[in-house]
Amino acid sequence: MTVAAKHTKALSARGVAVIGRLNASYLAFLALLIVIACITPSILEPAGFMNFLRRGAPLAVVASGQLFVIVVGGFDLSVGSLITLTVMGSALLINNDPGKTWWVIATMYGIGLLAGLINGLVVTYLKVPSIIATLGALLSIKGLALAWSGGSPQGYLPDNFRQFGRLTLHDVPGLGVLPLAVIVLVVVVAVFTWLLHRTNFGRLALVVGDNAAAAALAGVPVRQIRILAFVLSALSAVTAGILLGGFSGVSTDAGDGFELQSIAAAVLGGAKLLGGRGSVPGVVSGALSLTALFTLLNLLGLPKPLRDAVQGLILIAAAAYSVRRQEWSG
Amino acid sequence: MLLRTAVIVAALTMAAAPAIAQSFDDPKEFARQRELMKMPPQGPAGKPWEQHVGGQMIDTSKYKKPGPYRICFSNAGVGNPWRVVGWNTMQAEVELHKQDIAQFIVADAESKDDKQISDINSMLSGQRCDILIVSPNTTAALTPAIEQACQKVPVITFDRGVLTSCPVTHIVPIGGYAFGIYSAQFIADHVAAGAKVVALRILPGVDVLETRWSAAKHIFEEKGVKILGAEFTDGDRAKTKSIVSDYIARYGQIDAVWMDAGATSTAAIEAFEDAGKKYPVINGEDQQDFLQKWKSANLTAIAPTYPTYQWRTAIIAALHVLKGEAVPGPIWDLPDPAITQADLDKYVNPKLPPLHYAMCGCESMPGYPQRWGGK
Repeated sequence: MTVAAKHTKALSARGVAVIGRLNASYLAFLALLIVIACITPSILEPAGFMNFLRRGAPLAVVASGQLFVIVVGGFDLSVGSLITLTVMGSALLINNDPGKTWWVIATMYGIGLLAGLINGLVVTYLKVPSIIATLGALLSIKGLALAWSGGSPQGYLPDNFRQFGRLTLHDVPGLGVLPLAVIVLVVVVAVFTWLLHRTNFGRLALVVGDNAAAAALAGVPVRQIRILAFVLSALSAVTAGILLGGFSGVSTDAGDGFELQSIAAAVLGGAKLLGGRGSVPGVVSGALSLTALFTLLNLLGLPKPLRDAVQGLILIAAAAYSVRRQEWSG
Repeated sequence: MLLRTAVIVAALTMAAAPAIAQSFDDPKEFARQRELMKMPPQGPAGKPWEQHVGGQMIDTSKYKKPGPYRICFSNAGVGNPWRVVGWNTMQAEVELHKQDIAQFIVADAESKDDKQISDINSMLSGQRCDILIVSPNTTAALTPAIEQACQKVPVITFDRGVLTSCPVTHIVPIGGYAFGIYSAQFIADHVAAGAKVVALRILPGVDVLETRWSAAKHIFEEKGVKILGAEFTDGDRAKTKSIVSDYIARYGQIDAVWMDAGATSTAAIEAFEDAGKKYPVINGEDQQDFLQKWKSANLTAIAPTYPTYQWRTAIIAALHVLKGEAVPGPIWDLPDPAITQADLDKYVNPKLPPLHYAMCGCESMPGYPQRWGGK
């Protein structure tokens, strides 16, 4: 074989290797974006893409937090209710008085911290399986939110709260428009990526998920790491709640479905459901893929029942592909 | 999300069951409601919850009993803000008639048919009810239970109906077709010919909502308004906003938005704001957040209602029946007003919660506005 041919062969082999190592969710996201662009080219323009990111930000944020719990081998089903509690509670406490926004946001984070701690303690000390513990939390938190507000949204969210979901900076060089929600998303993703992939805590979390018994024998503080994972998940849910309340306002079902969608996003993004493997950028891309899928089905104008069926099938196919990919790459 | 899917599947299954096939496109009912909309209501002026449109009075002297009375109420549930407002209003009405009501016994079915059926059975076997008021959770499932109840006590139904005429009277505002006619007519009158409208619906298979859409579709087709699409939003604000944004991205200018209920109307309007587009002609409902947005953004809008004051009428009717006084029947059609630009200021009140339904007839009732969550 000539030198040139060998060189090309080597390059293409490397190319295949790169694609082989690339997360399946990146490819899924890219494919969905391309199909959407065929229908609405505006999504590839900065303004259209930023709008899309703004809509997908709440799910991406909560999925990043959920990843930590999945990585240590659990599930957090309470994130949806926590989002609802954040939205309803903020509206109730702030009641259209912009002066109260900041301390109410702090209070909501405090509540999230408490919820995450309780989840973590129940799972680690009471040894309740996380799926049951967080299911109980889901019901209690939702009940609390409804009891507190009397069953119907109370109070209004002022503009300085809603800006997190709605404010868009204009005349930004290069991008044109930059929604505040996207800035929050980037910050959260950066912090969580650093936490999982660059800190000792992150490395230990992966170890705990992979083999908790071995980790414990090796002196890893398994309990503390698990509790911290639940706390991170709860805090990300509160952040998502602020973004969602800002974007769409107050309602009693604001957070419904986020727990299952965030788990789906994690699986799409290459996380292993029994723990030990996962990547934050992968999960974010998985979450954005889910948002893109929803958008695509909107744009195609399929009748609703068909839309749900298609969404389910694509989700299964994508998750199956993702899991298979992991097994091939070892 | 799972629960909602289950409800949708259940609603679809029920809608498809041949034995109780309900048509949501009944031209006779459409014509009847269109007639009723034009008739002046009869009854005390200024109290629409005591008025009736069309129909006749029925004799209830056979139910006459000495007071004070024990009224039993089987509530489908308080699972949405409309029902919360209605329930608060009903409790205030009970307080107004303290001297006539010895006991007000309530069972909350938490939006479950089987629980409501067992509630009705246990109320009739355990308690001594002088009269039973029922707000049925679903039409077909509750029919047998109500037929059995009719044999023991006088029964009054309101809101959703049942497939039997044994209740003394069934209280309901004119109906879904009227809502659809009001809203679609308004939109058609305020847009140019060939204008584009997006229809936003909550979910399929619910009779009240299906009739609204069916009527609106007729009117739009009649008047040549182009329907770009009819989307299901699950009553979710974020979904509504995303769906509307996608439509705007796809079609550019959207002239009007038609909604079968107003709970997510502000989300739809915000989608236009965020996209920097002109506000559409829109219909909402009598929720405070929609009315306030209407006023502050100077929208071209109308708010047809499904008045929560019907919860007052149920108690009033029960007392009339037990006193042997005539009531409208077998169907008591309440007036079904729409809030227009002219009366907007009467109903806007920022001190009330965002999903408070303004057409509650509750302004001069005991506990207003605190009982309804206001300040």
